[in-house]
Amino acid sequence: MGIEGIGARVTRKEDKRFLTGKGRYTDDMVVPGMKYAYFIRSPHAHARILSIDTAAAQAMPGVIGILDGKQLLADGIGNLICGWMIHSKDGSPMKMGAWRPLAADTVRYVGDAVAIVVADTLGEARDAAEAVVVEYQPLDAVIEAVDALKDGAPQLHPEAANNLIFDWQIGDASSTDKAIAEAAHVTTIEIHNNRLAPNPMEPRATLGIYDGAEDHFTCYTTSQNPHVARLVMSAFYNVAPENKLRVIAPDVGGGFGSKIFIYPEEVVCLWASKKTGVPVKWTSDRTEAFLTDAHGRDHVSQVKMAFDADNRITALKVDTDANLGAYMSLFSSSVPTYLYATLLSGQYAIPAIHANVRTVYTNTAPVDAYRGAGRPEATFLLERTVETAARELGVSPAELRRINFIREFPHQTPVIMNYDAGDYEASLNAAMAAADWNGFAARKAEAAGRGKKRGIGMSCYIEACGIAPSAAVGSLGAGVGLWESAEVRVNAVGTVEVLTGSHSHGQGHETTFAQLVAERLGVPIDNVNIVHGDTDKVQMGMGTYGSRSGAVGMSAIVKALDKVEAKAKKIAAHLMEADESDIVLENGELKVAGTDKALPWFQVALAAYTAHNLPSGMEPGLKEGAFYDPSNFTFPAGCYIAEVEIDPDTGTTDIVQFVAADDFGNIINPMIVEGQVHGGIAQGIGQALLEGVHYDENGQLLTASFMDYAMPRADDLPSFKLSHQNTPCPGNPLGIKGCGEAGAIGSPPALINAITDAIGTNALTMPATPQKVWKALQSAH
Amino acid sequence: MAKVTLTVNGRTVSGDCEERTLLVHFIREKLGLTGTHVGCDTSQCGACVVHMDGHSVKSCSILAVQASGSTVTTIEGLAGQGELHPVQAAFKEHHGLQCGFCTPGMVMTAVDMINRHGGNLDEATVRAELEGNICRCTGYHNIVKAVLAADAEMSAGRQAAE
Repeated sequence: MGIEGIGARVTRKEDKRFLTGKGRYTDDMVVPGMKYAYFIRSPHAHARILSIDTAAAQAMPGVIGILDGKQLLADGIGNLICGWMIHSKDGSPMKMGAWRPLAADTVRYVGDAVAIVVADTLGEARDAAEAVVVEYQPLDAVIEAVDALKDGAPQLHPEAANNLIFDWQIGDASSTDKAIAEAAHVTTIEIHNNRLAPNPMEPRATLGIYDGAEDHFTCYTTSQNPHVARLVMSAFYNVAPENKLRVIAPDVGGGFGSKIFIYPEEVVCLWASKKTGVPVKWTSDRTEAFLTDAHGRDHVSQVKMAFDADNRITALKVDTDANLGAYMSLFSSSVPTYLYATLLSGQYAIPAIHANVRTVYTNTAPVDAYRGAGRPEATFLLERTVETAARELGVSPAELRRINFIREFPHQTPVIMNYDAGDYEASLNAAMAAADWNGFAARKAEAAGRGKKRGIGMSCYIEACGIAPSAAVGSLGAGVGLWESAEVRVNAVGTVEVLTGSHSHGQGHETTFAQLVAERLGVPIDNVNIVHGDTDKVQMGMGTYGSRSGAVGMSAIVKALDKVEAKAKKIAAHLMEADESDIVLENGELKVAGTDKALPWFQVALAAYTAHNLPSGMEPGLKEGAFYDPSNFTFPAGCYIAEVEIDPDTGTTDIVQFVAADDFGNIINPMIVEGQVHGGIAQGIGQALLEGVHYDENGQLLTASFMDYAMPRADDLPSFKLSHQNTPCPGNPLGIKGCGEAGAIGSPPALINAITDAIGTNALTMPATPQKVWKALQSAH
Repeated sequence: MAKVTLTVNGRTVSGDCEERTLLVHFIREKLGLTGTHVGCDTSQCGACVVHMDGHSVKSCSILAVQASGSTVTTIEGLAGQGELHPVQAAFKEHHGLQCGFCTPGMVMTAVDMINRHGGNLDEATVRAELEGNICRCTGYHNIVKAVLAADAEMSAGRQAAE
């Protein structure tokens, strides 16, 4: 490792602009003639639109145009789609109802967009929106998945009888049922996974610019995957052909999944720019974000876990209802299926697993991927069940896990996944040592002396990252391939540009990707620029989500660097009159092994561009591209331990320590990886203790601001104790597994296991607010 | 329309705006200083914190006309061109930022906190003082470290000067 290469704790290249106010986010963009958009949204959870009267509003100061769903439909703009086909167990395709970017006849959740007002200022657009009269005929609404499936429930989409989108299964039902029938012990539990709002700090925004002379569109947008946005808006929404649509995702202020999807606003602002003849900018306010950003989680599951007389797990049976909200968002169908049920084996050798998942329409915001996306739901279910079983069986939670750990790799689970590498006991041991698990009894006794109830809980998670082999996900219904691309451009002076299809929105790619180039070519990271987020600059790419930028994105860069290095060696061999196989690239020099002959890197780059003396037949230049399609998922895993103190008078939980031991394979920059874990843990603690989206029975969102939805604040959290174990991933050239989601996956069950340990009752749902904890305590005693 | 005159980052600026214009929108849209961010509508997130007459304020909770006549420092004016204030440098050194969106408000809050508590900060105080600034990326762990490190460095600097 060089001082800036792989494994070095390098401070970030991108920090200076963010620290000095020079970051450039979508809402910072200003173009000549730009006007402002305000969306008129449904105040009803379910209603028919009877009429829209814009006459008075059209005459108000500053108004340029007011456009509605009928005009959008007439112009041939397509419906928003879900891009992952799931088939029900009876073989029928999922039932996708129409999602119009602007509702034309029916609204299905509070916040559903109905019309757009474009005006000189945002204030004028808001004022005019107030004067638009939309007449609604309210319809009955349904909020919870379990209610939506009942006979007589309000029906959202004619395509989906009983609001059922699909009824899907995985694994083998008969062997699972047989093992449960023959078990020495069966643990039965109902698991709720609470609905969350992703809440990146930068609200979504978009700027649509139509150039009439070129018949060309430019879309600035807060996206994790601008190329996918362009593809979808071209191929499905009929905005413009790809060559007439440029999508730019500049600095993006966090995503956590919520900025993967193509939302109505991007499409409508582009279309409105053409209709009105002015560039149209829309920026979400925070209440709109709560109403319309895709939510996460919202599962209710029935679980049975069977054990033999030696406390080995013999079977797991899961029945899940997943609420997908009012419309199917872009990847919504994959989250409660292939990103969830395929992880239900966890870190354990389980011979028989069967999961059944029903996805359901309700009059709520669409639900899609949020940090972890399916894997937190699987881990919470599994780790709460294992913990409960340990208590029922009278075995220590660590011992029950050790008995059941997978210890040989590769390991084929009964639910598709083939784990390639891991050492689960190493992380468990590291976490228990860091938490001084053995000293807990004394700490508990000491706390009891102060009138506090102290508890400890663990969680052993696994996740699947680096999504994913294109052919594999294609066979499972994905509408896209999930490879990544890179282009490495070496300039004539030896500096380097890397164009990547990955997108950084906090992950620090400008630093870590440059570290890879420094490691390989010996070029200082200041001489490396990472270019991303613009479809006019960067070749097609798939973007950043599912902790894939290291495992997939950097692997593409490695492939391109391999080609660059091979060509540079050919040139160096030619210039030094040596055999190509004797050339080595070390410390920024191309050397002839075993001699003192060497050429500095920049001289070889210059030779490639002067082209005065190249090997016969070689093209000038030093620029190579590559596409990398992964061979498997990667499988980060680890063990998290939470220790809490409960005040029995108030139900307040104080996290006295939080330990994370993670195996991410090889690590490029430990500082950045630690930061990813910190942030993930904070979101997981948020889910466990604070956060929850709540609608009332009429579908009004009660948690629509930071005053009503409890985001984790600095004084809600402790500092974290982290460690890393390493079993390198054998499936990609850098041995990387991915680290972006682990914190959010591993932490909720650790917290709830700790709290239920402290209060002596298992009946507790997330978020474990003081009121809930206090009530649970009262019912337990 | 109202006329607003301010000293911002050492320069006197004036402009016309609607009476309802918030200071944050005046700064962003009239002055083009887009380092000050808007992350919510309820004065909860702190992405818009600037210094007004030497104290931190949420610039979303004050009208531009109310701020007229005052002296404002935004994130762009905290250090000289091309330089980093010790708090900015500490955020970089300790990886106290990821996506960067909350960062300007965090830094301005941290500078004000250090100004008020100079040399007497501990973790619990920093966490309590950061209650009005929300970060979704870092889990605050490294922000707390950065603020404590900057406080120690600035306080050592003051002692050396005395």
